[in-house]
Amino acid sequence: MTDTTLSPPRAGAPIAGRLALVALALAAALAVAALAGARYGALLLIGLGFGITLEGLRFGFAGPWRAMILRREPAGLVAQLLAIALVAAVAFPLLQSNAGELMGAHAPVGVAMIGGAFVFGAAMQLVLGCGSGTLVNAGSGNPVGALALPFFALGSFAATLHLDWWLGLGTAPVVALAGNSGLGLTLAALAAVAVLALALGKPGSRKLPGRLWLAAVLLAGLAVLNLIVSGQPWGVVYGLGLWAAKGVQALGADLTGVAFWAAPGNAERLAQSVLTDVTSLTNIGILAGAALVAAWRGGLTARLPRLSARAWVAVVLAGLVLGYSSRLAFGCNVGAFFSGISTGSLHGWVWFVAAFAGSYVGIKARPALGLEARP
Amino acid sequence: MTRRPVALAVVAALAAVIGLDLAASAPLNPYKAPPFLALGSGLAASGAHCTAAPAK
Repeated sequence: MTDTTLSPPRAGAPIAGRLALVALALAAALAVAALAGARYGALLLIGLGFGITLEGLRFGFAGPWRAMILRREPAGLVAQLLAIALVAAVAFPLLQSNAGELMGAHAPVGVAMIGGAFVFGAAMQLVLGCGSGTLVNAGSGNPVGALALPFFALGSFAATLHLDWWLGLGTAPVVALAGNSGLGLTLAALAAVAVLALALGKPGSRKLPGRLWLAAVLLAGLAVLNLIVSGQPWGVVYGLGLWAAKGVQALGADLTGVAFWAAPGNAERLAQSVLTDVTSLTNIGILAGAALVAAWRGGLTARLPRLSARAWVAVVLAGLVLGYSSRLAFGCNVGAFFSGISTGSLHGWVWFVAAFAGSYVGIKARPALGLEARP
Repeated sequence: MTRRPVALAVVAALAAVIGLDLAASAPLNPYKAPPFLALGSGLAASGAHCTAAPAK
């Protein structure tokens, strides 16, 4: 995962320590399966797979968009599109034939949704971490990700308090592509964007390295598993907002008057353990998987960056904004962009355009906020 | 200072959140858990996802 503190790789943990970490992760998944149910143990394993793949193969979302915008390097973006296409090729037929058991990441396009995606794109460039990226960065000991994460969760929860007002600004009906025609259209659109990115790319930077091919295939496989096991596509934001809501509730707040949390499905999630919540489990797995990889290859010995007080304040604010905006946008780079497009939702495509435009603004704002040397 | 204490703090905080949540939530019951796979289960998906819009 792209981060702000890249350092040369160092010697990893001793082999016994590495094996102990893997055994610990497997034991945790087994414990969840035994205590909560086999599905939940499997979802934790899938989350670990996401985290290991993202951190181990350095597959990200914010970083490749930055590389495309700043240096016209399209490989990372094309790898994202490849992964989405692979998921779509499996998910469309599955959703078509099992509509009662599986659901797509379908959401309406609206004023707040578009604005939220734009702002999310800008904020994710400030912390160089998107939804999954913030989890991976926090797990791998990056202090920017670690600080942004709790504020991401708080921001996501805060947006649920105002969601009805934001949706009232204007929201269109849900539009979701389906069937063979929908799949064909989705694959054609993904291919068109990939060709455009490659055409705009700098000569010599268009070839995808082997790690990105591998990461795209692994992420696609894990995303399909997520859909088959849980019945819903891969997501991140819901789990983070739920964690904050549970914290607020534990402090004595009554959320029964909040429309979002009073909805039957969300009220049930509030009452039940996070170990039975799909996105919470995969989020925990992503964080733990990234920590495991970082410890495995000695990444935890990298020195921390020296950032100004203004930069740390910017990270806190960006974390809040990431959470708030992704709730309005019906997902982040995972729930809206990756899962939305791969299951046919029009809002995934709109999210992509708006967030990419926001990323451009975020990249330009980084030097002024002290997050990198001024050009 | 290295990343190690940061990663340890994050993992410890996550473990604390899970522990506190287990204490405050309904008890886990593996015998009431949904089937291993949603696909083929005959049950509807829960809908607790980032993209779920609030019901009107």
